[in-house]
Amino acid sequence: MAKQYRNIGEEAWKNNVEKVSAELFIFTYGSLVVQLVKDYEDYGAVNKQLDKMGYNIGVRLIDDLLARTGLERCQDLHATAEVISKVGFKMFLNITPSVANWSADSKEFSLILDDNPLNDFCELPPKAIQDGLWYSNVLCGVVRGALEMMQMQTEVTFVRDVLRGDETSEIRVKLERMLDEEVPVGDD
Amino acid sequence: MSTFYFAIVGTNDSPLYEAEFGVRRDESKYLNQFVVHAALDLVDDAQFMSTACYLKTVDRYNEWNVSAYVLPSNVRLMLLHEAKADDAIRSFFVDCHELCLKTLLNPFYTANTPIQSQAFDTKVSALARKYLL
Repeated sequence: MAKQYRNIGEEAWKNNVEKVSAELFIFTYGSLVVQLVKDYEDYGAVNKQLDKMGYNIGVRLIDDLLARTGLERCQDLHATAEVISKVGFKMFLNITPSVANWSADSKEFSLILDDNPLNDFCELPPKAIQDGLWYSNVLCGVVRGALEMMQMQTEVTFVRDVLRGDETSEIRVKLERMLDEEVPVGDD
Repeated sequence: MSTFYFAIVGTNDSPLYEAEFGVRRDESKYLNQFVVHAALDLVDDAQFMSTACYLKTVDRYNEWNVSAYVLPSNVRLMLLHEAKADDAIRSFFVDCHELCLKTLLNPFYTANTPIQSQAFDTKVSALARKYLL
């Protein structure tokens, strides 16, 4: 099953996705974060804002992913995790984070990002590290938004980040509950 | 052991980064800044004479030579040294140029502000040990 997802992801990356210059993307994201920092002046608020932006991206991105790959509904959270890491991340960022640290009740897992392209060239100022800025927090929002469209309410947060001195970057995904099908809420 | 004084001067003539390598001589700390500042005029003259970035030695003060390297963004790398060592200094400047570029690419760094990164400091010291000392 895992091998199949890996192939789907690579197929999608090679054929179905339009590419953009990595440096353009990285610098755009960098200026975005710096502008948010200047506007809000509070790193906690910046984290929340990045998460919100990611959420809005995620709810739309999931449709894109399903349209390009034609995947069906996953049977359990393990399969979902595999799809996120091997198809989702591969298709949009060309990285494959590894899935690890499953909790005992199989409701939580971690995505370990060995190399996060958003981090290239970036160095956080000491104050940002002290006040707890998660530079790539938009990724958490994207995962949360995408999973919410698949009827899973989750809490997605960064727990480690290389920019803050840790060895790798790690995102923790926690399934809170499954949602029932509802009439879609209008965009806020 | 000879001393070197390295300074990165921004476009508005204020220092962005300073470092001393080799033996420390306390009485010349302010003198170093003064000499470099005075040499900036000569750098301005010399930079239009040559199309290269490395301007070799632009000025002399008593026993000090001032060498300069002008970045395309008009940021100047200045080095105060006693002995002549054109090739080593050129290589040092070229590597420092790359370090400056990497610093500029950091989204949290605004151009023409002092460079306070600890990593930058360590790398410059390593380069100095490699080429100058």
